[in-house]
Amino acid sequence: MLTFNTLVGVCFLYVIMLFLVAFVADKRARRSKVRFLSSPMIYTLSLSVYCTAWTFYGAVGYAARSGLEFVTIYLGPTLVMIGWWWFLRKLVRVGRSQRVTSIADLVSSRYGKSNLLGVLVTLIAVIGTTPYIALQLQSVTLSFAVFARDRSAGWVIPDLEQTAIWVAGGLALFTILFGTRNLDVNERHHGVVTAIAVEAVVKLVALMAVGIFVVWGIGGGAQGISAAMNEAIQAAPEGAWSLQGGRWVGLTFLSAAAFLTLPRMFQVLVVENVDERQLATASWAFPLYLFLMSLFVIPIAVVGLAILPKGENPDLFVLTLPLYFERDGLAMLAFLGGFSSATSMVIVASIALATMVSNHIIMPLWLSTRLGVDASEYRDARQILLSARRLSIVGILALGYFYYRISGGGAALAAIGLISFAGVAQVLPAMAGGLFWRGASRSGAVAGLITGFVIWAYTLFLPSFGEAGVMSASMLADGPWGIAALRPQALFGVDGLDPVVHALFWSLILNCSVFVSVSLLSFPSPLERLQAAQFVNVLDQSGPARGRSFNAATSEDLLVMAQEIMGSDQAQAWFQAQAEQQGKQGYLPDTTPDFIGRLERELSGLVGTATAHAMIGQILGGTTVSVDDLLAVADETQQMLEQTSQLEAKQLELTTTARQLSEVNEKLTQLSIQKDAFLSQISHELRTPMTSIRAFSEILRDGGANDPEAAARHASIIHDESVRLTRLLDDLLDLSVLENGQVQLYPRREVMRDVLDRAIAATSSVIDQEKMHIHRNRSDEGVALYTDTDRLAQVFINLISNAAKYCDAKDKRLAIRVRQRGGRLQVDFVDNGSGVPLESQSMIFEKFSRLSDQAAAGGAGLGLAICREIMDKLDGSITYLPGQSGAAFRVTLPIGTQSPFGRTWPSDINHL
Amino acid sequence: MTKQVLVIEDEPNIAEAISFILSRDGWSVSTHASGTTAVQAVRDAKPDVLILDVMLPGKSGYDILQDLRSADDTRALPVLMLTARGQKTDRDLAERLGVNRFMTKPFSNSEMLTNLRELVGG
Repeated sequence: MLTFNTLVGVCFLYVIMLFLVAFVADKRARRSKVRFLSSPMIYTLSLSVYCTAWTFYGAVGYAARSGLEFVTIYLGPTLVMIGWWWFLRKLVRVGRSQRVTSIADLVSSRYGKSNLLGVLVTLIAVIGTTPYIALQLQSVTLSFAVFARDRSAGWVIPDLEQTAIWVAGGLALFTILFGTRNLDVNERHHGVVTAIAVEAVVKLVALMAVGIFVVWGIGGGAQGISAAMNEAIQAAPEGAWSLQGGRWVGLTFLSAAAFLTLPRMFQVLVVENVDERQLATASWAFPLYLFLMSLFVIPIAVVGLAILPKGENPDLFVLTLPLYFERDGLAMLAFLGGFSSATSMVIVASIALATMVSNHIIMPLWLSTRLGVDASEYRDARQILLSARRLSIVGILALGYFYYRISGGGAALAAIGLISFAGVAQVLPAMAGGLFWRGASRSGAVAGLITGFVIWAYTLFLPSFGEAGVMSASMLADGPWGIAALRPQALFGVDGLDPVVHALFWSLILNCSVFVSVSLLSFPSPLERLQAAQFVNVLDQSGPARGRSFNAATSEDLLVMAQEIMGSDQAQAWFQAQAEQQGKQGYLPDTTPDFIGRLERELSGLVGTATAHAMIGQILGGTTVSVDDLLAVADETQQMLEQTSQLEAKQLELTTTARQLSEVNEKLTQLSIQKDAFLSQISHELRTPMTSIRAFSEILRDGGANDPEAAARHASIIHDESVRLTRLLDDLLDLSVLENGQVQLYPRREVMRDVLDRAIAATSSVIDQEKMHIHRNRSDEGVALYTDTDRLAQVFINLISNAAKYCDAKDKRLAIRVRQRGGRLQVDFVDNGSGVPLESQSMIFEKFSRLSDQAAAGGAGLGLAICREIMDKLDGSITYLPGQSGAAFRVTLPIGTQSPFGRTWPSDINHL
Repeated sequence: MTKQVLVIEDEPNIAEAISFILSRDGWSVSTHASGTTAVQAVRDAKPDVLILDVMLPGKSGYDILQDLRSADDTRALPVLMLTARGQKTDRDLAERLGVNRFMTKPFSNSEMLTNLRELVGG
């Protein structure tokens, strides 16, 4: 007697066995003992994930309802495998050379690494696969229920939902353990594949055992089956067993398309493919497997219909027939076969979907939150990616479980399978177009996919929920808003077709049309064109065993790429030069390793090493771009961006510097002009006294004046002019020292009154000569100073002698007033002459700005310039005071902190 | 026949030196110190030859020369120019304006006399 616990125990043992198989295979694979893994038989058996619980149980049900039509779901894959040379070979080659990780990755990669396409295909795959996973859960729980029903006397009906959740949880655990143990760049899972192969054997053996039992054990051999078949055909409703040509073609095509586009099939066909030569064996072995799987479907169906009571679910004949005859062992085996079918499908599908979801949805999101993060943090990416995979697996199984709970397992198993098939088949145009048509563009693929998917959802997926679901009965019957042309199951008036064929027809026709027309109208990006060439010409490029080999087409592709980067003319010139070096005409040099190396270096300078390497590697096909390569490229791009912004900043800096330099240059030019003018002035000032000296010396030399008085006068002129020359030179030196800032100051303590006394004493001769009166208020002059009082006296002497020489009043008077204003000491010198004319006031402190023509006064025109420099050095100033009675100068000195050495005198000793 | 020479020079010592040299050589010398009134002084004095300084208060020697050369009565007057700025550009400017002789200060007394004699055709 089979108890529920026995059943669960057997399941448990079976899963443990799978664990062991997977574990051993994984271990051997890691030790590189992969010989038996790369065996074409393992590959062929792993393809049997195509045969799910739907095929295991459902095919019999299908046959019981529609006769031979179930064959179509085997016919499609058989045709694909037989025609492997044309399509599968290319698909596998592309998958391997591009290191494709999933069907979403393939489509995204083909269309310029478009993540939008990756996301789209992932979504379609998830939506298409979720009902299918639900279907597997349902079949497992249903098979439990069969045992429970028949043995109600022995054990209690278990909670089916509870069972389903245990099954889902167990599968999730297995998938996580063997599907995400580590990250393989090739996304290969040797352990899982081996376990799947074992399951393939189990389900084949189980089905054939049941078949043999049915035919020879209870059906009465071939003759008995034949009779039962006739009986079944007659009992079946009109036309159920007749062959409908359109449906056959449609369903065969559908299963062929699904075989290529189902995520789990792509996983085992392309991603898990270790060696391309496996395909050759699989091309006959897999059809044989399918043939054996289908061999006993009809016998089981007709015998089941004949023997089992009416109303028995034909989907479960494989289980119910052995049970009916109380063959517990056989029933157990059949149960394990179904269990195997379900688990292998769920495991592979969830691995495939998890790869897609994590690579195309979770990782891009994670990376986008990490923008600008240091490259070293990408080390976490591995861990994050693994966690994303595990999370995705749990999510996908949870989704399947909830779909199962919600749908309630109402629809027939086969129907769900076909709906899923039609959904994922929408990827076919983009995939096949991408492999065979260079003109296929990203926009076309996106538009086609969306169109096909929407139509599939509208005509097949949503109506499948039944009238109580998303679409109302009236909508199904009359179309939305009563528009008959938009009836979901009779689109554009195409009525009378089977819903699946109808949906397939419309979705694929419109999908293809939109894909082709948008592709023709849109212009692909350079990367897209590059990828298109790679995909379409994959078979012309390096073979799997030949390693790198290049041809002229590659050279042309390199030129096309180089033009994108270097600019058209430059790239052509460079290629021509390279060809010339090889002694070739034209623009296409031989792609020797030497040439490739130079091209890579040339491009490295423009786009960075990693990028250049990746781009050339892509064209040559020998190497492919891995995630690490892309991260390196991104890193490099980041660095180049930084360098660019640094360069921009530097350029800005340089522009500023250049402007400053040109300003300085202008100033220097100005100074140079001033210097020239100054030298010219000095020349004039020196030559003038020299002229007198020379003229009178020559007069003396030639005998001199007869008149002794005149002779004496001439001699005194020579003397005066010599003195004037000396003074001029002194002034020049003084000014030069002051202007260069090399002047040494000797500050000392002295009272203002004493400084003035000294200045007046020094100028007494000219004061007496000019008969000038000086007015002072000596009581104001008792201010203590701490400064270079000799320099200050020099300024005063200049001002006093200027007043004496240039004051044009008849009765010359000079008033000297000392006072304190706002923390500064003011010394004003005001005479009673006519003053400096307004227009000249701004010039008097400039060098050689002597105003009067009274050259005899002896000044070289440097006096006030020197005064200004001195006052500057003493932290003071000298200004002309306009609006006074005569010429008026104000000398200002700081009090308190007047010392250039910063010494401050207490205020109480300021006034002595 | 005593030749008349007018000296326009603002430096009194230089003017005195030139006067003395020329007087001793038998010239009739008159001096003028202002640039502003120099042209009028030339018209009044009607000299046979003119000694003209460049740097003069009020009006430069070049301007005076230009005025003289553009008036009929003074166009042909021989002019000896003196300048303390002996650059080539100064000489070029003077020659363009129609100077007869150009000397830089300090000058040689005998050279000046030679120039003057040549100018009055002696």
